[in-house]
Amino acid sequence: MYLTKEEERILNGELGEGMQKAMELLVAIGDAYDAERMIPTSRAHAASSGQEGDMYFVELLANGGAFCRVPTSTNPVYDIEYFDSIFKIPEEEAEVPRRVKEGYKRVGAMLSWCCIPYITENIPLYGETVAFSESSATPYVNSVIGARTNREAAQSALAAGVIGKTPEYGLHFKENRRGTVLVKVEAALKDAFDYTLLGQYIGKQIGYGIPVFIGISKHPTAEELINLCAMLNTSGAIPMFHIPGFTVEASTVKEAFGSSPPQDKITVTDNELKQTLEELQTTSGKISLVMLGCPHYTLKQVGDVARLLKGKKIHDEVSFWVCTSATAKLLAERMSYVSVIERAGGHVVADTCIDEPCWHTYRDKVGITDSPKCAYYRRFKEAMVARLSGCIEAAIKGEWR
Amino acid sequence: MKGLETTLRCHKIVGGYGEGEALVSKEPVCFYLTDPKTGIVRERGHELEGKNISNKVLVFPSGKASSVVQIDGLFKLSSNNVAPKAMVVRDVETVLIVSAFIAKVPLVDRLERDPFEIIRTGDFVKVNADKGIVTVIKGGLKNIACPREG
Repeated sequence: MYLTKEEERILNGELGEGMQKAMELLVAIGDAYDAERMIPTSRAHAASSGQEGDMYFVELLANGGAFCRVPTSTNPVYDIEYFDSIFKIPEEEAEVPRRVKEGYKRVGAMLSWCCIPYITENIPLYGETVAFSESSATPYVNSVIGARTNREAAQSALAAGVIGKTPEYGLHFKENRRGTVLVKVEAALKDAFDYTLLGQYIGKQIGYGIPVFIGISKHPTAEELINLCAMLNTSGAIPMFHIPGFTVEASTVKEAFGSSPPQDKITVTDNELKQTLEELQTTSGKISLVMLGCPHYTLKQVGDVARLLKGKKIHDEVSFWVCTSATAKLLAERMSYVSVIERAGGHVVADTCIDEPCWHTYRDKVGITDSPKCAYYRRFKEAMVARLSGCIEAAIKGEWR
Repeated sequence: MKGLETTLRCHKIVGGYGEGEALVSKEPVCFYLTDPKTGIVRERGHELEGKNISNKVLVFPSGKASSVVQIDGLFKLSSNNVAPKAMVVRDVETVLIVSAFIAKVPLVDRLERDPFEIIRTGDFVKVNADKGIVTVIKGGLKNIACPREG
């Protein structure tokens, strides 16, 4: 790979060990993909996880004096103080997430602790070159916004944020952003949960590829697209898609595929969505837990929960959680959504991911969620999946059938 | 014993040198589904289930699973000194590169011959990622130390 004089100096350690390690990683990735050069990135999102590997790398960069050159947001870990106040988190357990959070602060990241920063704090523009890791983030910024990112890992995104560059390969080239599979949607997509099921089904069917959706007649909402992105890139490894007419890079099917016709064609009817939902039901009966906000709920969704819970009482034996961003929680407090949910017996927690050790109290419990991604992490004994209205009903009754 | 030794060119992804007994998997590998203390594969139904990847040269087509679990999985193995000594793969992707990079496990691809034909479990393999060379000793080191009568 061709490196400029400045890039060579970074690689030789002249700008400190932190920058050097970040550059070494970017060069390894560039070499693997036969990239010819580095290109400037103007922002990044590091899917920090609060685990040991995450801690090692961010401390390596921070201790070596690296500091983000471009805005670099962070994924949720967990709100240590909030969980400690309820469950008493032992100090040794809190050490890794605490050091991870400190590490990202020292390296100059934007401490969003949120998995959907692309609608709030860290919003790329059309055509912008970025490095966004995190399952929903990569397809969202590529498809919905039309920025350009590869499917990054937390560390490669952080390295890009620190150096302000990324190797030029894959989805940074227009010709690699064309559709590969045509998806004909005959199912009626009524709400965000139907988009979740669509993403779950198509991700599993395609594995890796760029689907082009036709048959969607109503403009999807941000929440619907967030869910579609999260599931496409969890049940499959799908870094981008097109919905001609609604997403930005192709206004027609022909444009979406360019000169190469689709390799495959899939039709999705109500039946496939129904089957997808049935496959997710591993059990039924009593529940001890309702888990919402994977990916993080937007302010609007926190408001939906508040409306559904207003004047209701969550069952005594059910713990009820809504995960959201710090900014959405602040506004939700201002709009009294949080007090309505708390009065009903629920929690609204910021900065927290569903796949963290802070939830170990529920390890042997059966829960319900509106997110197959949450169920997939297996932090609980079983997690049933239902749309939000069903989750609320289960919360009140203490069971789901 | 030269006849038992084959030297092949490869493409360096993560540098370094590692040698050990080959362990070949035709299936993609998820490091999170190995025991972090021993390196024994715990993934149910995987062809390597019950096998130990620690100190081996692991030959496999590609990684799998979400970035967080894959990276943390290999990192934990490495912290406990039970990671593979080197990895030879067919298809790389960013997550596998990052995993190998932070766990400091040499990683190569593009062997000049199909690694699944040339390398069998039990062969002894030296991976010199920095020089872009993989050396395969068929049947393992015993063939060097104690050559057969003949």
